[in-house]
Amino acid sequence: MRQITRSLVLLGPLLILLALAYILPFLGILRWSVTLPEPGLGQYRAALSDPLILSVFWRTLRICAVVTVLSVSAGYAVALLWVWGGPVARLLTELCIFIPFWISVLTRAFGWLSILSNRGLVNSWLEGAGLIAEPLALVRNEFGVIVGMTHFLIPFAVFPIASAMRSVDERVLMAARGMGAGRARIFWQVFLPMTLPGVLGAALLVFVFSIGFFVTPAILGGGRSVMVAELIYLRIFQSPDWGLAAAVSVILMIAIAGFLALLLRKMTPGDAR
Amino acid sequence: MPTPQAAELTARSIRKEFGEFVALDDVSLTIGRGAFVTLLGPSGSGKTTFLMVLAGFLPPTAGEVHQDGRDITALPPEARGFGMVFQGYALFPHMTVAENIAFPLKVSRRSGAEIRRRVAEMIEMVGLSGHGHKRPAALSGGQQQRVALARALACEPAVLLLDEPFSALDKNLRGQMQDEVRRLHREIGTTFVFVTHDQSEALALSSTVAIFDHGRLQQAGGPQEVYERPANRFVAEFLGDINILPISGAEAQGGVGHGRFEGRAIRASCGAAGATAALAVRPEHMRLELGEPAGGNAIPLSVTDLTYMGAETRLHLVSGGGTPVILSVPTAAMPAAVTPGAAVWAAWAEDRGFFL
Repeated sequence: MRQITRSLVLLGPLLILLALAYILPFLGILRWSVTLPEPGLGQYRAALSDPLILSVFWRTLRICAVVTVLSVSAGYAVALLWVWGGPVARLLTELCIFIPFWISVLTRAFGWLSILSNRGLVNSWLEGAGLIAEPLALVRNEFGVIVGMTHFLIPFAVFPIASAMRSVDERVLMAARGMGAGRARIFWQVFLPMTLPGVLGAALLVFVFSIGFFVTPAILGGGRSVMVAELIYLRIFQSPDWGLAAAVSVILMIAIAGFLALLLRKMTPGDAR
Repeated sequence: MPTPQAAELTARSIRKEFGEFVALDDVSLTIGRGAFVTLLGPSGSGKTTFLMVLAGFLPPTAGEVHQDGRDITALPPEARGFGMVFQGYALFPHMTVAENIAFPLKVSRRSGAEIRRRVAEMIEMVGLSGHGHKRPAALSGGQQQRVALARALACEPAVLLLDEPFSALDKNLRGQMQDEVRRLHREIGTTFVFVTHDQSEALALSSTVAIFDHGRLQQAGGPQEVYERPANRFVAEFLGDINILPISGAEAQGGVGHGRFEGRAIRASCGAAGATAALAVRPEHMRLELGEPAGGNAIPLSVTDLTYMGAETRLHLVSGGGTPVILSVPTAAMPAAVTPGAAVWAAWAEDRGFFL
């Protein structure tokens, strides 16, 4: 009991900050969603029946699913290199994971813009090499958004996967080898299944994170590949429709909360699988 | 009863270096067909490194490993086809007991029907009937150990290597598993190589004990031989309590050593090695006497302490010159007159003492 009281005292300031900065404003948004422009659930009906908004929801889910698969696959490879690579490979991998953390998301999005745009690095190389006559449309579309988001999210996939890989007992792999299993069999039938909980955790984490992305899709999508967060922004700042924006926000919040609950259940020790 | 497929392993002058550190130094050992050999030694003595060299997981820096006369030094572990039980069992946590045992059979491409038959057979043999569908995490330590044994033996390997398999088990379970492993060895007849740091385990289980210290093989021989005729002081002390008596004027004559301990004449049979200044006698090989015995080796001592240990009682004694001596006496045969401070005699037969 005293332990709980002490924890509450220590956590108190954080809880108060969260309440003031997060929960109170969210309650305000919840109120807007059922009162603007008139009381009722009309905005939710509108949000879930408007084909334009529904298409944004579907696009968001599609992009996030693709980004999750790409980030987790790439993250698995990076984690393998980080955990099992030689000393030099390990150091380089570590740098490549941590350096992006110090660079702002805005800078990284503009970086991709300058690489992928019509007169960017990729297109000018390809044109210079005579491989293409017209620049490829690599940005201001879903492709650009997926590239930018995947790049941002790979490190977040690496951590849970690497920690799962580190907890694999090396003797289990030795045992498999001693029984005559080759490298491919050991990877697919022993190592991958043993690290699967980490992969699932990484997938949920990346997916939840990606749903709310705003800056990267806004810059690399160029307004043509709008995702939910950008839709909310547009409905508040460009076509003042606060009630609808609030309703979409609440729907987004509920979806994320659902996935977070799933993630927490996965991560809770003692409840493995 | 050695089965036809049991192999003979020969290690010739194995040396293993890890950087500057010499983990194994000129180790030569022949492990006979169907033998049960334990590699015994304190931690860091090189016993596990030697096992890993036999298994093929560690390439030796120098030396050769032969299987039935064929040089297998360069063969990787997956091509040797030995069974191995690892410390901590190393079971596949995501597979059931049956799937764990089936894994090596699938690797060696047996037919589905044969895999099912063999898995059922192995589960039966290690006494895990009814547990086949369980994951390792749902089993006790002893049961996991049985799964590891079944998995290692599933492919009828020519050699079974075991790396401290019982170190995580409590004492009673350990005893049970030792009996189990002995039974399996008798039934299967394949060659067993077993690493342990527990000398009583080594003496109880094996046909040959190989004792390691500081990367060198100190002695290899039958349990009774290494216990009663240790090659050196390390082996003598590692295998159990031993009394070491300083001997003055030691000299050998016709296989018998003579000398004096605190003025009393002592005789002990000695081999070609001759007599030295240290005579060793195991505590249970000394007889307690209340008065001076008529002949043979005997020294006067005074009792300092008694330790009651159930079936036996240990007597802590000291000689007039201050040499400590331990004696173990069956509790039932303990004279009442022996209390701390009492003067007694310790006597032993000529062939029970040996020079170190």
